[in-house]
Amino acid sequence: MSNSQEQEKTQGSAGSRDAAYWASSVDRMDVGQLPPDAINLNVHGRQPLSPLQGFGQMWQKTYSIRLSGASASPTDVIRTWKQHFPEFWPEGNRFYGPLTGIAPGEVAVLNVAVPGGLKLSTGVRVIYADDESFTFMTPEGHMFAGWITFSAFEEADETTIQVQALIRANDPLYEASFRLGFGHKAEDTFWHATLENLAARFGVNGVAVTQQNVCVDPRVQWSEAKNIWYNAGIRSTLYMIGAPLRWLMGKGRRKQ
Amino acid sequence: MPQANVTMQVRSAKPQVSIIDIQGEVTGFAENALMDAYTQATAGGANAILLNFNDLEYMNSSGIGLLVTLLIRAQRQGQRLMAYGLSDHYQQIFELTRLNDAITMYNNEDDALNAA
Repeated sequence: MSNSQEQEKTQGSAGSRDAAYWASSVDRMDVGQLPPDAINLNVHGRQPLSPLQGFGQMWQKTYSIRLSGASASPTDVIRTWKQHFPEFWPEGNRFYGPLTGIAPGEVAVLNVAVPGGLKLSTGVRVIYADDESFTFMTPEGHMFAGWITFSAFEEADETTIQVQALIRANDPLYEASFRLGFGHKAEDTFWHATLENLAARFGVNGVAVTQQNVCVDPRVQWSEAKNIWYNAGIRSTLYMIGAPLRWLMGKGRRKQ
Repeated sequence: MPQANVTMQVRSAKPQVSIIDIQGEVTGFAENALMDAYTQATAGGANAILLNFNDLEYMNSSGIGLLVTLLIRAQRQGQRLMAYGLSDHYQQIFELTRLNDAITMYNNEDDALNAA
């Protein structure tokens, strides 16, 4: 790439230094090709949601871990995290990302383990990605409406890795799970494990994840209670319950 | 923690309306500057705060998150938050992040003041 082409890429068509890092605006999410084992539900055609379109209390949850003793820079960490993102997820949870990797505009399907051996199928869209951070935006039906930003930065000559979620529970059912404690607990456990797995990639083990929760808005938005129509947990469960019926129908069609 | 590369000036535009002129980069590191500017802008009882983005040079997703927390803070005080001076690129960012659902964008200061 020539210098002028590199400069244009950096500045973006609008002349803004950040232009190349942002996705384009879309009304609906669009899922590309997926592996056959992916449960592809509740993503394609769904609207992306910010925390402003969610139902429940708005929380900013920040999970951090310091790479004490490691020499990895923030850009090293983010490069590795983007390239190997699914590998750091806790066991039983699958992230089906695009082959092109974590890049602005890409959509990934998530199959998340929930109690009872079920899988909740939802997704995310990458709305921002630079050398030191990337951000997902969630679709209708996801457990929460909002953004999750993954970043790394230098602090006191060491690299700190961070996951920060700015979210509302998407509907009253999800909000109930958060208020009863197990929604928050599941979220916390998930990201603690992810950060610990990522830190271990850089040779850092046994360092605790720190967490800070801030309730940005204690009010719920009753106007968004209707979001329950898209609840990915309910829809995923109904899909799984219907699996035997779909098998029988498929068998019937094959006999014909 | 890196220093914020942003300056924010507060001025009164008309009774109960304050303007925050933002110059530089709105990233996660701009939190203190933005919240201090908001406190100053509302100290005199303003019920509408206009964010002037004419001199915005850079914004990342953490910066957008800051605007949401600022919005919530304003809403809880019964104040309106409005924006003007956004380039086409940053207007698109507001649409991408659906911030435009809650923060009305105007082309210029006069239009924003007329609506305030």
